[in-house]
Amino acid sequence: MRKLKLLLSGLLFTFLLQAQETFPVNGIADKRDGCYAFTNATIVQSSTSTLQKATLVIRDGKIVSVGTTVSIPKDAIVIDCNNKFIYPSFVDIYTDYGVATPQRQLGAGGFNFNAPAQITSNTKGAYAWNQAVKPETDAAKLFTIDDAKAKTYRESGFGTVLTHVKDGIIRGSGAVVTLANTEDNFALLKEKASAHYSFSKGTSTQSYPSSVMGSIALLRQTYLDAQWYKNKPATEGINLSLQAFNDLQSLPQIFEAEDKWVDLRADRIAKEFGAQYIIKGGGNEYQRIKEIAATKATYILSLNYPQAMDVEDPNDARFVSLADMKHWELAATNAGALEKANVNFCLTAADLRDPKLFLTNLRKAIEYGLTPTKAFESVTKTPATLLGIYDKVGSLEAGKLANFLITTDSIFSEKASILDNYVQGKKYVVKADGWNDIKATYNLVINAPSGAINYTLDVKGAAAASVIGKDTLTPKFSFDGKIVKLSFSPVAPRRGGGFGGGNAGAAPAGGRGNFGAAATQFRLSGIANGDVWSGTGEDTAGNRVTWTASFVKATVTVDSARKRPTPPLRLGKVTFPFDGYGNEELPKQETMLIKNATVWTNEKDGKLENTDVLVKDGKIAKLGKNLSADGAKLIDGTGKHLTAGIIDEHSHIAAASINEGAQSVTSEVRIADNLNPEDINIYRQLSGGITSSHILHGSANTIGGQTQLIKLRWGANDDDLKFKGWDGFIKFALGENVKRTTSQTNNRFPDTRMGVEEVLNDAFARAVDYQKAMKIDPKTRRDLELDALVEIMNKKRFITCHSYVQSEITAAMRVGDKYGFKFNTFTHILEGYKVADKMKLHGSSASTFSDWWYYKVEVTDAIAYNAAIMYKAGLNVCINSDDAEMARRLNQEAGKTVRYGGVPEEEALKMVTLNPAKALHVEDKVGSIKVGKDADLVLWSDNPLSIYAKSLYTIVDGTVYFSRESDEAARKKIAAERNRLISKLGGEKRAGTPMRAPEPSWQYILSCGDHGHHHGLITIDEQEGDDTN
Amino acid sequence: MKKILCSLSAIVLLAGIATAQEVVYPAPAFKGKLYITNATVHIGNGQVVEGATVEVNNGKIVQVATTVTPASGAKVVDGKGKHVYPGLILSSTDLGLKEIANGVRASNDYAELGDYNTSIRSITAYNTDSRVINVLRSNGILLASVTPQGGVISGSSTVVQLDAWNWEDAAYKMDGGIHVNMPSFISRGGRRGGGFRGFGGAAGETIDPNKAALDKVEDIKSFFTQAKAYLAEPTHAATNLKLEAVRGLFEKKQKLFVHADQVKQMLVAIDFAKEFGFNIVIVGGSESFLIADLLKANNIPVILNERHELPATEDDDIDQPFKTPAVLQKAGVLFSINDASDNTRYRNLSYNAGTAATYGLTKEEALSAITLNAAKILGVDATTGSLEAGKDANIIVTDGDILDMKSSNVAYAFIQGRQVSLDNKQLQLYERYKYKYGIK
Repeated sequence: MRKLKLLLSGLLFTFLLQAQETFPVNGIADKRDGCYAFTNATIVQSSTSTLQKATLVIRDGKIVSVGTTVSIPKDAIVIDCNNKFIYPSFVDIYTDYGVATPQRQLGAGGFNFNAPAQITSNTKGAYAWNQAVKPETDAAKLFTIDDAKAKTYRESGFGTVLTHVKDGIIRGSGAVVTLANTEDNFALLKEKASAHYSFSKGTSTQSYPSSVMGSIALLRQTYLDAQWYKNKPATEGINLSLQAFNDLQSLPQIFEAEDKWVDLRADRIAKEFGAQYIIKGGGNEYQRIKEIAATKATYILSLNYPQAMDVEDPNDARFVSLADMKHWELAATNAGALEKANVNFCLTAADLRDPKLFLTNLRKAIEYGLTPTKAFESVTKTPATLLGIYDKVGSLEAGKLANFLITTDSIFSEKASILDNYVQGKKYVVKADGWNDIKATYNLVINAPSGAINYTLDVKGAAAASVIGKDTLTPKFSFDGKIVKLSFSPVAPRRGGGFGGGNAGAAPAGGRGNFGAAATQFRLSGIANGDVWSGTGEDTAGNRVTWTASFVKATVTVDSARKRPTPPLRLGKVTFPFDGYGNEELPKQETMLIKNATVWTNEKDGKLENTDVLVKDGKIAKLGKNLSADGAKLIDGTGKHLTAGIIDEHSHIAAASINEGAQSVTSEVRIADNLNPEDINIYRQLSGGITSSHILHGSANTIGGQTQLIKLRWGANDDDLKFKGWDGFIKFALGENVKRTTSQTNNRFPDTRMGVEEVLNDAFARAVDYQKAMKIDPKTRRDLELDALVEIMNKKRFITCHSYVQSEITAAMRVGDKYGFKFNTFTHILEGYKVADKMKLHGSSASTFSDWWYYKVEVTDAIAYNAAIMYKAGLNVCINSDDAEMARRLNQEAGKTVRYGGVPEEEALKMVTLNPAKALHVEDKVGSIKVGKDADLVLWSDNPLSIYAKSLYTIVDGTVYFSRESDEAARKKIAAERNRLISKLGGEKRAGTPMRAPEPSWQYILSCGDHGHHHGLITIDEQEGDDTN
Repeated sequence: MKKILCSLSAIVLLAGIATAQEVVYPAPAFKGKLYITNATVHIGNGQVVEGATVEVNNGKIVQVATTVTPASGAKVVDGKGKHVYPGLILSSTDLGLKEIANGVRASNDYAELGDYNTSIRSITAYNTDSRVINVLRSNGILLASVTPQGGVISGSSTVVQLDAWNWEDAAYKMDGGIHVNMPSFISRGGRRGGGFRGFGGAAGETIDPNKAALDKVEDIKSFFTQAKAYLAEPTHAATNLKLEAVRGLFEKKQKLFVHADQVKQMLVAIDFAKEFGFNIVIVGGSESFLIADLLKANNIPVILNERHELPATEDDDIDQPFKTPAVLQKAGVLFSINDASDNTRYRNLSYNAGTAATYGLTKEEALSAITLNAAKILGVDATTGSLEAGKDANIIVTDGDILDMKSSNVAYAFIQGRQVSLDNKQLQLYERYKYKYGIK
């Protein structure tokens, strides 16, 4: 046995021992060259070169030669690779191998209205002000081999990885390392290979940033600061982080984005600062392939496909959205779709539940449209080239590292197994039993005390064989590539009789005397040595035997297990947006003639009966009686009402985050940076006649973020959603929310309305100084926060200010007077009726709720007559929603001003159309029905101020984005598509695919705080940083 | 005797003289006859009588007819051009228990500590001086079922009329319902990780929400099983108030109001009805449209919470909440419509019904959903909910269609025949600032 073990270790571990020069040797020096020649193999050198019957020679961990005519050095150990394939080992460009990724503590960081803020960084030392900015992190310095983890990578075919610390917004440098189990010094191939970024603050416990747009602003500001720091400004001292950031800029820049929209957000930052990110995508890039291709970025794609959900219970299935089921179906098309669009990419094993899924999922990607060539390049040449290590890895060429795989078949074939993965010339066995095809017949000879007994051993696989003597016997058999175990009774069991001791009554048949009584059995074990196996054993009587089994002939395998021809893939279509209510083709602009409607012009003409409106090229072309137009789509308006599209002055839909509440002044953040054009509420609000929405930052702080006016172009991308050619706005807020009333432990200034006023005063005082400094010295540090305030003072940016009580409203206006700007709009403004005269003098618009009141202390004096009084006092009054649900009925909210205070009907309608257009400085484009204006129109079934009014058509830019007919068709389509996918998932379950529990498709509803509506069963009111009203 | 013409209460508010809410008085008992003449009268049961007169005697409705001539000396309200409706009913509310919706803990008395609060009674905390009440009256809401929240069983609700000095005067039907909150059958996951707030990794979640919910349901059942056993014994050495408090459920003098939105929650509620023989009412009912026929077959009525809500899922019909009442109506389910909006403090009850009328109900069916149906569900239809002979004269008179905001101004309101004030703090502030700006 002892000998056997020694023999085994010699066979299994052909280690090439390495030692560093500087390291003393404890014992006897044992330096070996490790020269091997792999012969007769199909060698895939690169995607463009495959050699048949070729030889690969390695020495000292490097490739010496590759080719069909290479000479084999005399000292080479020759390994016959007949019928085998050799590939370069893969390169994974996205790992944290060998560097620990710090884990975020649950609930740490971020911004919580009820907890004290962490204003400054907890990182000690001369580093950045923000804890999530850590460009000084250096993966090379942290790296140490983790062989258990390396093994999982090696088994999936990887030989080299880029590793970095996945923590923070700026994550420092990554290092290239091999997966060899050697000295750390040898495994480390390239010390500074990449720079890493994300929008996720990771373990930072600092309050700022607390939103996607805050992360974006922080990253942009850091670029500016680093630029400025190059001149060694005395005011900064030594800032190791900014220094490190500058050093990173020459490296490949890798950004972890994790979603198609985040990809685009990241890419915009790169473009702004002259960089080009390599983007780690989210796996759903196929849903916006055009936009993704336009970034011209290289992507890193995970093959982490969503697991199938068990949707058998219809009541559970109901909460799984069509979008989630469709993504399950289409996720594997991602790589193929990118390839078709000529987008370059690498593939990574990152995010997989089990790294072993990598090859399986890669083969699935190929089945779903990825070409094998591209697949191969995306794990070899492409990542190696990006990292500047193609001279070392990524193909099989002389001089490169001996990182290669030996496989049984073409690697992307389902039958293929990786046998060995060599890293730096060192062999790592992946699958020992696959080296020889053991399906063969052997001549088995057992040398028993009584003499030799001959059998034929028919090996059918690693755990199945038959022993054929007089009868055909079924032994217990196992073979792991080296060790063979075999036990059988030479006597075939009788019909109906058991085998072995379990059936005492069964007499041994034929009893080949020497082996005693019933249940005679041989137990054999041995070692495979090429074509001859040999070993020892015992029979039941305890007699020692020896045995040999010699190869006779290979079994001719009839590929009976061949799969039925795979049926062509039947997949759903990508829709825009990728929601149930999305369209395969975006709706198109049309020439339309709306006939014979009651037209509420909002102009001097007032309400016109029996009037026609012609829409052409997205504009209102004509208004009159008995119009006609060739080829125009006719819409009968008889008995119906046509109005300008509704404009919501205060909304929080269609954004990934709303509140950057971590500081009292965050004018640097921009809603535009994080639009979400797939919010189902866009579609729902179209059904209520909304055509434009002003997406505001929340109300968690005094000076909030820059806002974005959008048009509800359902299906457009984030950029096309924007209302083009409007003045920029910014959200301010006063009162309870900004002083964090609900917190018992507030430590963020201000805590009172006195402080709120002073925050404004201070911010603008700083802005004045900043503007002066910039004029004197253009090298002054650019400050995105103050830039926005300077814009306000220069009337380039305008304020909409969340406000409730008269004292704070008055105080705000006085700050504006002092610094020469006006508060363009006061929003909410529920005590506006108390200071309408002052607001009129100041020149503010008012945007209010029709009848909200008494949901917190600062609205105890809110009255439903507010809009009417302000209107009668001569203000430009708007009615807004601030609520994803109510926005669907904003026309009726305007109708309430008729009941509360007797506002004339046409004036009431203007409060949700023309007046918000004026407040937003877009009355030249929208807000009324006038020739030349944008064709943003709604055809109502009834008086638009009435509870009975439904939008029949909602038109934006002359494009019908909503109609009752198309809505009905969409619902039918959703039902059919859900049905198809649910039955497909059912099929997966029956086929035995592992399923996961159905996961409800929760939706986040963002709001600035002032809301109380019931938003549906599977929504989360995600008031980032604002859980009060 | 001479006819007394009723004066608009608002006229009392002479320009510039702001009266505080504190001098808005509950109306005294009304003895004698009252006539609301020549109006469009909506009975509440689906009938509409044009040009009709409502005759009231000592607080009770005598008749609604086109042929009535007011007795001389009686109080007469000219209803010409106006609409007359039964007083509206809020089916389930925290009115009088929660003064300022958020941020002021001291003003909240709607949720008690503990899980099985069967003996907790909402009426004992009902504040008749809440500023919300007067505003609701001016929008035609004259009755409300004041309901506790929280825990597994929150306690009992009481129907009140909205013009009283004290909760003892306000009580209309005491402790008529016990309220239980069904556990959720939906697992709370998180979509797209979200770098900032981590709602926990949903994938691979190990807790089966169905099982967790059913375990809780078993707890509730076990409570009622024990109560049944306890109540079977006439005397006890140790009195158990929690078990005593549900006697009315077993005797069918009380109803069990089950707060449930999800199909599975409602199916469990139906099971409760079968197992314990309780009179069950579903409160919430978001997904009731999916099981309307089952609800009908088991005679389970539904209080639909505010209709101005978003659909339950992103794939649902975008107008589903608006259409659900019509689905229930068609299936023959008894349902009422409620308003629980914290931002508007329930003043939009009639518009919630109006929306249901836009999406499939007739206007009179929508009206029933906030009057007679609510009265039936709350067990007060013998005395209110419609303008039928013998019922209390709980009546509103409006300038136009109560369901439509632009025409829904309430001109007069009567509770038990008493003409109640429609003044409130909002109107008073309106007058104050009209005075400031010289607005007429």
